[in-house]
Amino acid sequence: MVVAQVSPPEVADAGARFLAEVNSKTAGVSHLDMCIQCGSCGGSCPSASAMDHTPRGLFALIRAGKRDEVIRSNTPWMCLSCYHCVVRCPQEIAITDVMYAIKVIAEKEHTYPNNVGPDFAGVFIGQARRFGRSWEIGLTARHYLHHFILRLPGMTPMAFGLFRHGRIGILPHRIQGRKQLQAILRRADELERAR
Amino acid sequence: MNSYLYYPGCSMEGSGRSYRESLEGVLAPLGMTLEEIDDWNCCGATEYVSLSTTPAYAMIARNLAIAAGEKKNGQSLVAACSACYLNLAKADHYMGQQPALNARVNDALGAGGLHYDPGTVKVRHLLEVILNDIGLDRVRAAVKKPLTGLKVAPYLGCMVPRPDVDGAYANHEQPNDLDRLLRALGAEVVDYPLKTECCGGHMTQVAPKLGLELIRRLVSEAERREAVMMVTVCPMCQINIDAYQGEMNAMFHTHHKMPIVFFTQLMGVAFGLEPGKVGVGREYTNASKTLAKALKAAPQEALVAAGVAPAHRPKPDKRALPMPRMADSEVEE
Repeated sequence: MVVAQVSPPEVADAGARFLAEVNSKTAGVSHLDMCIQCGSCGGSCPSASAMDHTPRGLFALIRAGKRDEVIRSNTPWMCLSCYHCVVRCPQEIAITDVMYAIKVIAEKEHTYPNNVGPDFAGVFIGQARRFGRSWEIGLTARHYLHHFILRLPGMTPMAFGLFRHGRIGILPHRIQGRKQLQAILRRADELERAR
Repeated sequence: MNSYLYYPGCSMEGSGRSYRESLEGVLAPLGMTLEEIDDWNCCGATEYVSLSTTPAYAMIARNLAIAAGEKKNGQSLVAACSACYLNLAKADHYMGQQPALNARVNDALGAGGLHYDPGTVKVRHLLEVILNDIGLDRVRAAVKKPLTGLKVAPYLGCMVPRPDVDGAYANHEQPNDLDRLLRALGAEVVDYPLKTECCGGHMTQVAPKLGLELIRRLVSEAERREAVMMVTVCPMCQINIDAYQGEMNAMFHTHHKMPIVFFTQLMGVAFGLEPGKVGVGREYTNASKTLAKALKAAPQEALVAAGVAPAHRPKPDKRALPMPRMADSEVEE
């Protein structure tokens, strides 16, 4: 006699809870519960070879409630935001935004596999919040000194070339409404923490 | 005169300066005016959404709120940078889709005395505006020096045709939008199947092995297709392929030297502007010589394309099998 194999209730519960968490953190409507595990996403992904789980694998882990494994995965950090998977997904899952949601959780709980990506984003945004604009030279100089000091000798002629061609300014541009922008973002931080 | 609100984005002020210079040069021949929105801020690129959701969308929405306040006569908001365009379009789209996000973002905007109702501002990319509002006929009419003989690879990148929240693209993977525009300028557009593949975005900064491999694929394919330069619509794609080509060559022991320019720069040159005036020469992998050489090589064809000299058609080979011949009107597009 064939007995239907179903997930034990505790696995199903953990899966449903984590799925709901990811859904609530996704900016738009994720449609993640519609995933049919077809693998179109991983097959379309230019950086799949650098990921520890393909997107399809990651979605299976989410629904199995393997929260820890998911938020420690490098998969969302290797996502290029090229949206190839998104236009190919037969279930119209907002895959890129799901990746952002997982990154937001990993960033909050410091579970990212290495800090190069989060740190780059953190410095970029720190400067953008302070000045209202990104500051290319400040960001890259700090980033290479911290993370890729060995790439610096190779980078120096490039930076000099860009400077010579008038493509890099030394000082950051500051917008007028910095106080307004910062007030908006402080309130947004509070609202994000309260979620 | 077509009038639009304009969000330049941070790159246009710095590394993408030649994009700004060339755009300013082609506005008049295209009959377009762009009104830069007042005191705009950084859109957060793909970085802020990876850190925190509400502040990321609030930062983008401040620009939308400013644009909504300045909008006259149904103007849309035009962005030239692909990432800025997508962020603005996505914020508008998701705020409309998710009432909870809309409420949080507007609560935050309120702290700065602003408010934005999703759907108020239509966000569009520059290329789509030129193709759909201005039209290729107007572009053709403005061409003074056709780019005959210039073999280019049309590189659209990812964020313009995808995810396409407004449904502006019928084809998300092999759209021919950039091809048609470049052909209207007289350039020879090579078949470039990687036209919407990713340049790696910030991967050159955070995961160089992956980033440089993506650049290698794009550049070597353009070279294999015999393009002498690549043409892009995005400052991120431009700087990745331009400035990191040296590091990529060192990593893979290759010797690629593929210049990449913005489509507005080629428009400027075709409209008769001096290449230097539209930022040609600011590339790290210099495009001026390639451009000059290609344009010099084909003076006869240039005259044909401009309608000055009669077209030369090769005589049919009498020994060959009879082949159907395409009418001239069908060769275009």
